[in-house]
Amino acid sequence: MELTKRQRDILDGREGDVKAKIMKTLVMYGETFGSEKMVDITGKYGHLVTSFGLSVMKPVYDLMDTLIDGGAVSSQPFSVDPRPLESCVPRNLIQDIFFRVMYSKQDDYDKQLKALGIMGDDAYTCTCYMEEVGNIPKEGDILSWAESSAVVYANSILGARCNRNSGILDLFGSIVGCVPYFGLLTDEGRKASWLIEVKTSKKPEAQLLGSAIGMLVMEDVPYITGMDKYFSALDDDAKAYFKDFGAATASNGAVGLYHIEGLAPEAVKQGRTLLKDGYKTFVIDDAVLAETEKNYPVIWKDVNAKPKLAFIGCPHLSRSQLIAWSDRIDEALGRKGAKKVSVKTVITAAPAVMNRFKEEEKGRRLLAQGVVLSHICPLMYMNNPQCATMPVITCSNKLRTYTSARYYKEDALLEMITGGER
Amino acid sequence: MKRVFKGRAVVKGNVTAEALVSKGGFNTLASYQHSLMFGDKNGKCSDQNNQDLYKKPMAGKALCMPQTIGSTTGGLVLYCAASMSRQPACLLFSKEIDSLAAAGAILADVWTDNSMPTVDNLGSEFLDYVQTGDTITVYEDGSVEVIRS
Repeated sequence: MELTKRQRDILDGREGDVKAKIMKTLVMYGETFGSEKMVDITGKYGHLVTSFGLSVMKPVYDLMDTLIDGGAVSSQPFSVDPRPLESCVPRNLIQDIFFRVMYSKQDDYDKQLKALGIMGDDAYTCTCYMEEVGNIPKEGDILSWAESSAVVYANSILGARCNRNSGILDLFGSIVGCVPYFGLLTDEGRKASWLIEVKTSKKPEAQLLGSAIGMLVMEDVPYITGMDKYFSALDDDAKAYFKDFGAATASNGAVGLYHIEGLAPEAVKQGRTLLKDGYKTFVIDDAVLAETEKNYPVIWKDVNAKPKLAFIGCPHLSRSQLIAWSDRIDEALGRKGAKKVSVKTVITAAPAVMNRFKEEEKGRRLLAQGVVLSHICPLMYMNNPQCATMPVITCSNKLRTYTSARYYKEDALLEMITGGER
Repeated sequence: MKRVFKGRAVVKGNVTAEALVSKGGFNTLASYQHSLMFGDKNGKCSDQNNQDLYKKPMAGKALCMPQTIGSTTGGLVLYCAASMSRQPACLLFSKEIDSLAAAGAILADVWTDNSMPTVDNLGSEFLDYVQTGDTITVYEDGSVEVIRS
């Protein structure tokens, strides 16, 4: 790989042994993918996937100490994925003991993140690109991010350029200020090898559509048509929809970039010239989505168990989604003559988004209806073995993929949490 | 019966181990989540969506797959598995390695004492042929020998 003088100096140890090792890692990583050069990061902020002080992840924290002690801190401020815990989220005594043991490194890790360059105390969210959070890359920006849902959103909806970097490598790029040039950073790597025609009878559930496409195309780039029937512009609702869609493509498959005809920035500019020669075509209709949903395994011990907890907001919700859920829950409760949700329900959003929402009438109304408003990572909550054995429901396909939480479409979940029968 | 496949050595090394085969994408986080969290030294696979591997031990196995999928913690998870000596003996990919698996393999190689020899581009024929339980020998030049008794 051809390196600039600065990059070569780092590799040769002129900025210390730790940075030299970091650069060696990045060079090996780039060379694996035929990268011939490193390019400077142009995004203002980084984003890290590792937010949790999980006691068994000691190797990560030891590595962070090595970085800090070696003076290898981030050259740019960064946000990070959500914290695992918040006192308002329901837990019993045993679950609480498990949480305390599991995440006993949280305070220490928070201190490490401060030393490494986190943006602020509230910069813990998987949706760092929300206006309230402020980590919004510009079109064309080169990033060194991880968090699969954030990377796919930054690439697809914001038009930034970022590979699906792993945790640790996200920070490595931010420390030395450059990343190897390959894959989704290149024009060729952003071309689509699938034409996906969405021909459903109504707007598909975002996370179900994303799941079906992710499982089909895996790591490939899909060019998706038919969504202009449901969205006329890339407004807040569309952005929230594609946030959830992308999270499912990335967790159920390995999608790092998708193009939406007529809506996403590159598809608007380049249209079907984004399709590679010899691309494959697949039609998604109601039957495909029904089959996809039918094949999700249910790993509850008692598949007929009454749900004890519901999670909404993986990835974290936008403000417009919080408002929409508040209205939907209020309408459903009113229709049934109920005042409070019948299943403990936790709705999550970024701290800055949630704190503002809690002060609004619709936020206060949700709290009065028994809904918990939090900024945790539901996935980290479900990692607690005492929580994993609970019958938890969710409308998040990402949460379903990584935990024992059972997936329901939003309308079905709404009926369940407001007292309806399953 | 013996067959030899030739791929590209991403992380060079020689190792012999028993094959563990995932015909679909290997979700690293979902697969390793429970074993890392709960101290299972055998690295039993916890990915409910992967019926080829679910509940099977992965530590010390020759993990054969098309690619890895899922969370971008993937490389970090492999790094932790290697740091805690619960890593697969080697990683064998029928397709070109993906960025998360590459990160994990390289992090383990550069930052731990438990390197995982890693070979990609072995071709779909490799994944069609290899079966869980086969004996696999990986060579530095990216050759992979599959022996079925």
